[in-house]
Amino acid sequence: MASPVSTLEQQRSSPAVPVKGLKRRRRPKLTGWAYAAPTALFVLIFFVVPVILVARMSVSDWGLFTGDRGWNAPENYQDVMDDRLLWPAVWFTIKYTVVTTVILLGLALALALLVQESSRWTGILRSSFLVPSALGLASASLLFYALYSPQSTPLGFLGIDSFLGTPSSALWSTVALIVWRFAGFYMLLLLVGLQSISDDVYEAARLDGASRMQTFRHITLPLLKPSLALCAILCVTGSLLAFDQFYILTKGGPDNSTITIVQLVYNMAFYGQNNLGRAAALSILILAVLLVVNVLQFRGLRGRED
Amino acid sequence: MRTPQHVVGGGLAVLFLSPLVWAAVASVSPQAGTAQTSGWGLGNYQTLANYQAGIGQYLLNSTIVSVLTVLFTLGVSLLGGYAFAMFKFPGRNLLFLVTLAILMVPYATLLIPLYVLLNDLGLQNSLVGLALVLTMFQLPFAVFMMRISFEAVPRELGESALVDGCGSFRALLHIMLPVVRPGLITVGLFAFLAAWNDFITPLVLISDSDRAPLPLAVANMRQQVMGIVDYGATEAGVVTLALPCILLFLALQRHYVRGFLSGALKG
Repeated sequence: MASPVSTLEQQRSSPAVPVKGLKRRRRPKLTGWAYAAPTALFVLIFFVVPVILVARMSVSDWGLFTGDRGWNAPENYQDVMDDRLLWPAVWFTIKYTVVTTVILLGLALALALLVQESSRWTGILRSSFLVPSALGLASASLLFYALYSPQSTPLGFLGIDSFLGTPSSALWSTVALIVWRFAGFYMLLLLVGLQSISDDVYEAARLDGASRMQTFRHITLPLLKPSLALCAILCVTGSLLAFDQFYILTKGGPDNSTITIVQLVYNMAFYGQNNLGRAAALSILILAVLLVVNVLQFRGLRGRED
Repeated sequence: MRTPQHVVGGGLAVLFLSPLVWAAVASVSPQAGTAQTSGWGLGNYQTLANYQAGIGQYLLNSTIVSVLTVLFTLGVSLLGGYAFAMFKFPGRNLLFLVTLAILMVPYATLLIPLYVLLNDLGLQNSLVGLALVLTMFQLPFAVFMMRISFEAVPRELGESALVDGCGSFRALLHIMLPVVRPGLITVGLFAFLAAWNDFITPLVLISDSDRAPLPLAVANMRQQVMGIVDYGATEAGVVTLALPCILLFLALQRHYVRGFLSGALKG
């Protein structure tokens, strides 16, 4: 990278080179900043300022329609802790995350192993598994909403009374939707990992007389761990922040049994309570927890690589 | 590959494709409680066309938001990637890290203050405001992708441009742009899919139902008519939503996969 940079910069400041398209000659540092300026503006206005603002909102009495009515810390945080839906939502979100991650990664690994050889046929299979991930999560949820409805379901032959009627059926029906939508996505990530394992390693194992099962356990799995860890981080983070699928499929029902944490944020801010300050407090807590979870996962990943 | 694997693979492929095929077939087949009660036809699409502001309006909203998001994302990440890959300037690493940090903050955490902020900027209920926010969410991937695209450009190419007396902007426009085009296609594809499909962002930021993008409109449609849901119209809505994504995906699959390759490298 050093060379094109230095030549570019030398040329820019060299008086012999005519500078076209610019009214006056600028120093290279300024040129770099000029190209980075749009990025910096976007990040500042739509990311840095909102992060500061949400922190301030979390310690303010801030209604949806009334706006800022001044400092009230730590009332918002106390209200969040006292919300009767908080702990059920936390528990449900964790349960959903564990179930989804285990099933999704298991299936994605099986799919990746199934299509890892390159051929016309596996190419068709890969595309078929990947097509659902082109759909939006909301579109996929709407599709399954119709698929699960008693009026229009083609799944009557399964003998399931109600796909969304009880807390546990609602959970499993949603997990099925997520697995369908994301299995191809994680298969692709694992496939990248699988293909980076050198053929020599497999060749050596074969010469040593290792069975297929032994090769998988002692060669494929350990060498695939970085990819598996990446998938786990993405899947855990995504599931902890689940919203669209439950908002569309279950609306948190039946009996508030499938309310996730992010749904609680939404409800606090825009649905019922109309309290932006309280929602901001809960989202600050989510941000903190997520940072801790991600740091722990990165540590785990790094520890295993050493 | 052995025969049992063929059978398992084929069966799974059918299982993955069947919900899509079912939605397409069900949207035109006869069904009680929908606009298409007897015979096959486009009755459900007719319902969709006449729903409130009409599907044309919602498609237009979605198209405006998606096109704006793609343009903003391409413009910002092209210049940003060029800056990060080719220039040294104070604050470079900090800016890059803060851009990537967007990934660490949940959508919901940002949408609460953005709802207030867009009101202050006079962008409440605005499709432009929505596109600006969606662009911000795309920036970590887009800037990262464009940075590695520029870093992969052979150094002789950049040098030859300058020997010819190009300024850095002309070098970008005439020499670099064709070379980083694959990266731009990947960034554009991801930005389009994300903007076309996003649900929670317009749900929070757009309260005027005439300005709703299509996913929001189809989801809202289910609550109409005294709580009785017209599943036929929902199916037609899903097909309308999914079709552009699937066609784009099939046409640009290679670029889609490259996006994941670069993402995997990052991890």
